[in-house]
Amino acid sequence: MQGASIAIDDLACRRGDRLLFRGVSLRLDAGEALQVTGRNGIGKSSLLRILAGLAPAFSGAVTTAGSIGLVDERPALDPGWTLGSALAFWQQMDGNGEDRHMARLGLSGLLDVPVRYLSTGQKKRAALARLLGQDARIWLLDEPLNGLDSHAVALVEALAAEHCSKGGIAVIASHQPFALPGMATLSLAEHAA
Amino acid sequence: MSVRIRPLLKRDLTRLLLGGRGGGALLPILFFLSVAMLYPFAVGPDAPLLARTGGGVIWVAALLAAILPLDRLVEPDIEMGLFDQWALRGISEELVIAVRVLAHWLSFGPPLMLAALPAAALLGLDGQRLMLVEIGLLAGTPGLAALGVTVAALTAGLRGGAALGGLLMIPMAVPVLIFGAGSLGSGGTGGLALTAAASLVLLAIAPFASGAAIRAARG
Repeated sequence: MQGASIAIDDLACRRGDRLLFRGVSLRLDAGEALQVTGRNGIGKSSLLRILAGLAPAFSGAVTTAGSIGLVDERPALDPGWTLGSALAFWQQMDGNGEDRHMARLGLSGLLDVPVRYLSTGQKKRAALARLLGQDARIWLLDEPLNGLDSHAVALVEALAAEHCSKGGIAVIASHQPFALPGMATLSLAEHAA
Repeated sequence: MSVRIRPLLKRDLTRLLLGGRGGGALLPILFFLSVAMLYPFAVGPDAPLLARTGGGVIWVAALLAAILPLDRLVEPDIEMGLFDQWALRGISEELVIAVRVLAHWLSFGPPLMLAALPAAALLGLDGQRLMLVEIGLLAGTPGLAALGVTVAALTAGLRGGAALGGLLMIPMAVPVLIFGAGSLGSGGTGGLALTAAASLVLLAIAPFASGAAIRAARG
């Protein structure tokens, strides 16, 4: 995991006719983490989508080095499929066959259950399993704690800490507190337009 | 790259051929057969008339059957965030769409050609006309599949997208229909060649038009 980095230079974001934020500049290098905070609708998810290259920046520039993994409110798992086959699809797409994270995420007993019967928290954990299988250097987590119980929250925090200690970058957009040693914070309210 | 195409094709075929909530490939085929079955009831037992017009009815039924699966071709994958996840992995929308056109055709072209056999019997088509219908469907259904996926991508996310998709697809499918059904009247191979040509144009356009539509809808 060498050379992962994110550089944001004077970034502004517009949704429709509204300017959400402007003047965001920062740099993240390997092993660093950032929590993006702010009230609903301030542009946390939009910032993550711009970082992922899925949405255009209104002005400014974003440069990323390293593969990007995104977890948002959509788990990207077929609702009609069992959890096992839905995750197996992404394992095949990512080219690695083993599912060594299932037990740790508490998903081992759910592999035969169709995705649409999973609870919010279970779907979130399934999306995290997909992320872990991807081996991406940069993690973009959009509200990763939504619907998780306290045990799972601690697990996500531990996973992010491990990811950073291995030289990865984690950007976490959340209005909830996220415990991660050495994490920087970006308050979008200070950049609201 | 071939490592990635195989799971994509496998997933598309599982969803489109075997179904899930949309009923898979069976529903359009049953629809197609019921149109072929209803037509003789509607026009009466006039065998020469049925034989003369039956080929055209098969073509119209095939076109309408191709509209049925439109709403599950592209939109669910956009809603579930799969296209975003593919984009993050460097898998282009064009590749995904090209694979989907293939899977969509496999789940609807060959079954339709098979269903054309009992349909031809219901309509009293002779062997030669049946042959022309089958070759015409072989040449035309790839174009209809490409057109279906393109229209599905263009209308994904729009309110009433499924109904709009049907309306949008019908006029664009007219060239395939004219040449395909027209080859029955003239009996020549010219119509079949033009059907295949129209199909090839649609196949060539589909990945790029769909890819651009999916990226434009993302925001």
